[in-house]
Amino acid sequence: MTKRKFGLGLSLVLAAGTILGACGTKDDDASTSTDSKGSGSEGTTEAVDFSLAMVTDVGGVDDKSFNQSAWEGIEAFGKENGLTKGDGGYDYLQSTSDADYITNLNNLVRRDFDIVYGIGFLMEEPIKTIAEQQPDAQLAIIDSIVDAPNVASVMFKEQEGSFLAGVAAALMSESKKIGFVGGMEIPVIERFEAGFLEGVKAVDPSIKVDVQYTGKFDDAALGKTTANRMYSSGVDIIFHAAGGTGNGVFAEAKERKTKDANANVWVIGVDSDQYAEGAVGDTNVTLTSMLKKVGTAVQNIAKETMDGKFPGGTTVTYGLAEEGVGLADSRGAIPQEILDQIDEYSKKIASGEITVPETVE
Amino acid sequence: MSNRVVNILVPVISVILGLLVGAIVMLVSGYDPIAGYSALWNGIFGDTYAIGETIRQITPYLLAGLSVAFAFRTGLFNIGVEGQLLVGWFAAAYVGIAFDLPMYIHLPFAIIAAALAGAAWAFIPGLLKAKLQVHEVIVTIMMNYIALHTTNALIKIVSDGGDNTGTINASASLKSAFFESITDYSRLHYGIFIALAMVLLMWFILDKTTTGYELKAVGFNKHASEYAGMNVNKNIILSMVISGAFAGLAGAMEALGTFQYANVKGGFTGIGFDGIAVALLGANTPLGVIFGAVLFGSLKYGALNMPNEAGIPVEIVSIVIAIIIFFVACGYVIRYFLEKATKKKEAK
Repeated sequence: MTKRKFGLGLSLVLAAGTILGACGTKDDDASTSTDSKGSGSEGTTEAVDFSLAMVTDVGGVDDKSFNQSAWEGIEAFGKENGLTKGDGGYDYLQSTSDADYITNLNNLVRRDFDIVYGIGFLMEEPIKTIAEQQPDAQLAIIDSIVDAPNVASVMFKEQEGSFLAGVAAALMSESKKIGFVGGMEIPVIERFEAGFLEGVKAVDPSIKVDVQYTGKFDDAALGKTTANRMYSSGVDIIFHAAGGTGNGVFAEAKERKTKDANANVWVIGVDSDQYAEGAVGDTNVTLTSMLKKVGTAVQNIAKETMDGKFPGGTTVTYGLAEEGVGLADSRGAIPQEILDQIDEYSKKIASGEITVPETVE
Repeated sequence: MSNRVVNILVPVISVILGLLVGAIVMLVSGYDPIAGYSALWNGIFGDTYAIGETIRQITPYLLAGLSVAFAFRTGLFNIGVEGQLLVGWFAAAYVGIAFDLPMYIHLPFAIIAAALAGAAWAFIPGLLKAKLQVHEVIVTIMMNYIALHTTNALIKIVSDGGDNTGTINASASLKSAFFESITDYSRLHYGIFIALAMVLLMWFILDKTTTGYELKAVGFNKHASEYAGMNVNKNIILSMVISGAFAGLAGAMEALGTFQYANVKGGFTGIGFDGIAVALLGANTPLGVIFGAVLFGSLKYGALNMPNEAGIPVEIVSIVIAIIIFFVACGYVIRYFLEKATKKKEAK
């Protein structure tokens, strides 16, 4: 009996030894296998010789919002150009903590991607560091400006899109009470808030907007309690700019809608078209979404870089005029006459007749 | 089997079992475990950069582990390492930015500021425990939240409404040009020496001084220690303060070494909580903490390379890493079976 057990133990050790042994010699193996993969993808169809990759912030690639729209942009670009996921094509790495940004960026640069994106303002310092250490790397950052010759910066005029969301909310609200749920209190999110407040004010200065910052982008439970408090106090439309925390706002609205089909609760989504998030049976609590076309921006930079015109050292700003921000299709939730009014404001902002402030006065 | 063989066999078998079960998880979810583990290996030891970064990751784990272990020896469960680390982080960064002194004054000043901040943060639960018998677990958990939001607010004040204190002055930095040159720009910094020195210090305090003896005695039996004429309350507070100082130093490693700044955080860093596991894996001994920190730091850092090189999603990687640590922590079970096997043999 003991002998058998001991034998089992020995064979276990042996098996593990083989695995561990494989680890040791794997070094060159891995590089050859990835090489062959790389050449394979180059051989198929009319794939271009261009590769791109991105690093997400802690929200993760499936945050249904900011990071996800960037990744969808990269995927779309990759498919359009016959690239495959992996080395020599397109890829992403997720960060689980602040300390991971530099490592992830470095890993991608070392894998020789032609352009590496840092998604989100949290990536500002890491991008700066990598830009210095790897002067040959081509980097891009969304939502922040990094002044380095090999970094392209992308900014959005969130306040312009949020202004339209504010107009929509003010015109649609029955209780004349509107809510705003923000993530961390950072300049980007303050632009959402400022634009939104301005939009509401433009329609009806008497409407009260309840502004709450949750301090987090990844806490849906917190978003839910915040939304619960707002709806309970008579708010009927909530605009969230809180990434994953905002999913809790949707959850609360859906819960109320499920309990009472006549409940007048609406959510305005952010970054991507969040219509799918708000589905309750046949109805939907999504009024519209404030689109921030990160994906488009990512693709534009990729195209320019592919044509040899990497916009390093410059900052591109996407506003309403550039169609970088805007409202998503409301799918009937907003009546046509209100849509027309929103459209008017949109034209005025695009033409420069109205300038929307970036900060709350 | 002799005790010595068992002592060596237990960790080896547990790591191997962890790797095997982790491999099964990868296989079942449709990924190549060999590619996965080789990516993990390369992520830890693959090149000088990886080795440098792995040591960098181990540094704060060492100190966080020491912090938890030290309090444990006095019978206190310091869950507040996370908060003490955050205040230490801020204190070090603040001193690093606000002052302009020669390096040999500035750097020690910043490091000591961090240790003092952590110590002060741990003093409160220590005092409450000693004087009012408030359980330290509750207080330290709550102090974590207070630390997170207080430091966030302070960073905003220091940076005029921004979210980042800005880079510390070079005279307060632990950054090492030498390490950078030999590890291909990894963020490895001199902090590792401080961490190792603290391991020695903890061993010295606990095993070579009267204070250490008293601290341990209180941990073994509070009432007996009191009966023997020791001041239990003083020892409880002292233990928490020293523990907090270690945690504050872990914060200094982040502020002066890895990041060179303090920034507004949406949540906890996790280092303090992982520190609990590091300490327990190491059986709350200084040497054991080194083992625990090396294991945690390597796995945590190496895991980043698994999605990068082998294309395994982060979620699966987290499960695999957790399984490996789980099995290592289960060393007791393996020891039990080994001893049972030995006993049976003897019976025959």
